[in-house]
Amino acid sequence: MPELIITKHLDVPGIDRLDVYRQYGGYEALEKALREYQPEEIVELVKKSGLRGRGGAGFPTGMKWGFLAKNEPRYLCCNCDESEPGTFKDRMLMEKNPHQLVEGVILTSYACRVSTAFIYVRGELAYAARQVQRAVDEAYAAGYIGKNILGSGYSLDVIVHRGAGAYICGEESALMESLEGRRGYPRLKPPFPAAVGLYGGPTVINNCETLSTVPAIVRNGADWYASFGTEKSKGTRIFCLSGHVKKPGNYELPLGTPLRTLIYDEQYGGGILGDKKLKAVIPGGSSTFILGADKVDTPLDFESVAAAGSMLGSGGVIVMHEDTCIVDAVLRMTEFYRDESCGKCTPCREGTYWLVQLLERIEHGHGKMSDIDLLLDICDNISGKSFCPLGDAATSSITSSIKLFREEYEYHVREGCCMVGPKARKPAAAAL
Amino acid sequence: MISEQAKQRMRELAARYPVARSAVMPALYIAQAEEGYVSRAALEAVAEALNMTVDDVESVATFYTMYYQRPPGKKVIKVCNSISCYLRGCDALIEQLERRLGIKRGETSPDGRYTLLTTECLASCGTAPVLQVNDEFVENLTPELVDRLVDQWEAEFQTEGQSQGRSPAGAGGC
Ligand SMILES: Cc1cc2nc3c(=O)[nH]c(=O)nc-3n(C[C@H](O)[C@H](O)[C@H](O)COP(=O)(O)O)c2cc1C
Ligand code: SF4
Ligand code: FES
Repeated sequence: MPELIITKHLDVPGIDRLDVYRQYGGYEALEKALREYQPEEIVELVKKSGLRGRGGAGFPTGMKWGFLAKNEPRYLCCNCDESEPGTFKDRMLMEKNPHQLVEGVILTSYACRVSTAFIYVRGELAYAARQVQRAVDEAYAAGYIGKNILGSGYSLDVIVHRGAGAYICGEESALMESLEGRRGYPRLKPPFPAAVGLYGGPTVINNCETLSTVPAIVRNGADWYASFGTEKSKGTRIFCLSGHVKKPGNYELPLGTPLRTLIYDEQYGGGILGDKKLKAVIPGGSSTFILGADKVDTPLDFESVAAAGSMLGSGGVIVMHEDTCIVDAVLRMTEFYRDESCGKCTPCREGTYWLVQLLERIEHGHGKMSDIDLLLDICDNISGKSFCPLGDAATSSITSSIKLFREEYEYHVREGCCMVGPKARKPAAAAL
Repeated sequence: MISEQAKQRMRELAARYPVARSAVMPALYIAQAEEGYVSRAALEAVAEALNMTVDDVESVATFYTMYYQRPPGKKVIKVCNSISCYLRGCDALIEQLERRLGIKRGETSPDGRYTLLTTECLASCGTAPVLQVNDEFVENLTPELVDRLVDQWEAEFQTEGQSQGRSPAGAGGC
């Protein structure tokens, strides 16, 4: 079992309370930082650790902090809007170890000279929000948040803000719109949040898991953190394993661990449900490209997954076995983007609607051969031509599945039914 | 009617944020908790507390799915039908719920007891399939568990009907 960092104390009874969290070294990093480090030194430390964002894009965290414009006031937004299909780590971190997150928020605020921090919790996660709110309240009472924290002269306010059901609010600029009390429409970039963000001030925005990792780095040092993982992808991250595996769940592993280990090792996924054959894997949430079974030996680090043709994204590893109808699965994922498109720009709003129409037609046996290329054509008109990355994301599963499983799309058109799965007409076809 | 206490909490929230209108989402939650949905009175109260127009508040409220535009059932059941739950068989469970509750997805039962909704990934894919009843999770659903849940809800409504205010017996477990 590799050493764990973020999930290490997750199952300690009572770790969600301040006293227990402190017994396990909680808030030592904050005390050390305020005593020994200037804010800029923490930025350097995190740069050196190699930590990259866990929200989706994998942007180097310390570098992001370094870009912050010098004017004040500055803000921090902690992105706990977790809603990418296949992703369920931030909810767990908030519910089980909320003080670790709160300590990360305070440390990051100190490092970036932020005076007001927001923790934006997805609306549906009511219990997680209560847990985070209680941790914040306890931290205020203990003097870790508020005026003149631990006599350091540094002051910080932390506000827990609940979303109300909108995937797009996980996109950083939409999140800021939402925090400002408006509809969650993304903003034009540039300017980037580091220059002009929340209330027009310089703003840092980081994912829940990213910030939950910061206390361990401050406590144990950059070199220690960088000793995990690979040369370029340092540290560990939580992989959310779901779909057709025997033991779905959250597994923290050093970056670079082979996908096969995550899926098949007895300590983790334990193999495919019903010992069936692996068909495909989505490695980083439903917005990332589907990989075929031949990619099962890919090391799970940023570079290797990119070389294999996808992205680590949000860490949501979705496994599909041989009985999965790829068209139906892709249809299900595309419906998500149609429903969650904010409607601001035409390619995404109209395009996702048409993608669903076409996929439905094919899935239900009314498709034409030309529909397959029409799908690709619409994807081409959305991807790179939409206002925000949600549009691109909507096309990932379609383009990658047509590339990998084109014959299955064609089968639907030709035979008028699924090639595999419960809706396949001839069970014998599945055995081919 | 929105209580004076609720309006006071909205004003306090407005002061807590750097800009008052940032409190519009929590204020809408407060109003919804009193009215059961975002009623006209709810919109007006929020608008007044935050110094916004009613239309402005409404445009925010209608963007987010968790603010109800009409009164939902006493039990709002949200079943995830995104990819990981789909791979784990959520569709059959949704049909089972439709049969047992006598309503289709998106509907509220005429007696006002249930609203059945499908919803996007609930960040619980490792314990798929899942649903939420009034924001509380029920994970690792099976057909048997769904049947037990419906039985339990029915029993709760029964007891409630017999003696208002007594807490429902045997409601543990889920
Ligand atoms: C449509 C869309 C949805 C997103 N949802 C989330 C989310 O739920 N949580 C998250 O942390 N980042 C999400 N992101 C990424 C954020 O925009 C942002 O890059 C991230 O929070 C930065 O944090 P990091 O650098 O720590 O990864 C989303 C991006 C897009 C385009
Ligand atoms: S790409 Fe989609 S989600 Fe993004 S702004 Fe355009 S319509 Fe909205
Ligand atoms: S897909 Fe259902 S909880 Fe994620």
